[in-house]
Amino acid sequence: MTSFYRTVMMNPKDNVATALDYIPASSIVKVTCQEKEYEIEIKENIGFGHKFAVVPIEKGMDIFKYGEVIGVASKNIAVGEHVHTHNVEGKRGRGDKINENQSAMGI
Amino acid sequence: MKINQLWGYRRSDGRVGVRNHVLILPTIVCATQAAKQVTELVHGTVSFIHQHGCAQVGVDYDQTFRTYVGMGTNPNVYGVIVMGLGCETHQGRSIAQEIAKSGKPVELVSIQDHGGTLGAIAEAARVATKMVQDASAIVREPFDISELIVGTECGGSDACSGLSANPAVGYVSDMIVDRGGTVILAETTELIGAEHLLANRAVDDRVAKKVYEVIEAMEKRAIMMGVDIRTGNPSPGNRKGGLTTLEEKSLGAAAKAGTRPLQQLIDYAQQPTKKGLVWMDTPGHDIEQLTGMVAGGAQIVLFTSGRGTPTGSPIAPVIKIATNTPMFEKMKENMDINAGTIIEGTESLESVGERIFNELLLTVSGKLTKSEILKQYDFGIWRIGPTF
Repeated sequence: MTSFYRTVMMNPKDNVATALDYIPASSIVKVTCQEKEYEIEIKENIGFGHKFAVVPIEKGMDIFKYGEVIGVASKNIAVGEHVHTHNVEGKRGRGDKINENQSAMGI
Repeated sequence: MKINQLWGYRRSDGRVGVRNHVLILPTIVCATQAAKQVTELVHGTVSFIHQHGCAQVGVDYDQTFRTYVGMGTNPNVYGVIVMGLGCETHQGRSIAQEIAKSGKPVELVSIQDHGGTLGAIAEAARVATKMVQDASAIVREPFDISELIVGTECGGSDACSGLSANPAVGYVSDMIVDRGGTVILAETTELIGAEHLLANRAVDDRVAKKVYEVIEAMEKRAIMMGVDIRTGNPSPGNRKGGLTTLEEKSLGAAAKAGTRPLQQLIDYAQQPTKKGLVWMDTPGHDIEQLTGMVAGGAQIVLFTSGRGTPTGSPIAPVIKIATNTPMFEKMKENMDINAGTIIEGTESLESVGERIFNELLLTVSGKLTKSEILKQYDFGIWRIGPTF
């Protein structure tokens, strides 16, 4: 049965949505954004303000929120999984990847 | 209370203040404790603690100098007593002379010239006593919102920042711009990943080019450190609040800028010369950003927070807006407005925007913010060079 936990998806292009309540694992939540509508089984506990995948995301794929790129998946992410620092990397300000950055930034 | 008219203090340089402080301005770390003692003795004076003003060179010297002068010339300040030591690189005399060009009362007290700490405190307190009484004789007069510079800032962000308080401030930002006022967007670090959206709103190619330049310079500084910027930004609190990457935080932060064209890109602590939406190049560090905007002439600041912060300025009211209700309830003595009602679905973004706008007008005209009441006198300069 669909739960009443609230979620928000900012843009139809997004592959993640944000939990507006603490959502316990195994809950079924409804996510809507304009013409998009998903019914998702939450795979693990999701904290208030945290994100979960609304579609399967493969390692190396961009993560979209607000219709914009917020990072890249560092692992395969299944629908309903928590999307956070353990499976997403930022693409900007990556001094730890200095060689790649040098070519990317022309320095 | 609903209010339509703004009331402020007209200064001799034509600008309008929303407060009427006498600032005891220590231009060197060595004078900060003495300056604080003066504020204990004399009602109506403010000061702040910092660690700058000596053994600084080049552009770093210039930026610190500009920040001191900007604090003194901010129209919220009636008059200034510059307190120096005597032997430092940032000479109190040069800073006092620069502030005096604004036409406001300025005095200089140096610890070495006044026979040590106690003599300097006594002299500064004596001068301040007269200055405070003179300041108190000034009466507020009506002024137009087009004379207002409003700083915007987010600190201690969470995943709600980009959903509630920041878009609500963006709504207010558009209201101010549409009425002829000026809004400062800042924290360049926290616009990395959202720069294309702002560059598209630049009034001309020159401003758009500058957007990419300041972003690249900020990102290069992080890359030069050889680490992932995420080790410092988003902060541990941001990440706990659900923000995963700097890009995600930036897209939420950019919502504060509303939707109007970007008129100008200015340096740290520089005064805008255009009205409308202006971007000041500052780091994401809350206090350094706040100081830069206030030194750039902002009379008031709208500050959103998800995790909750006590941030305030010695000379400018900072209206603090909570992104979520649980934090607002928990930190009521620090937060002025709750935008968490947007998250709960009990209030529209526009309605919260109208509430913030009304609070802005009230605060401009004299209502005190929580950070003023709690004497949260934060000050920090964005240092861009080493100390020697």
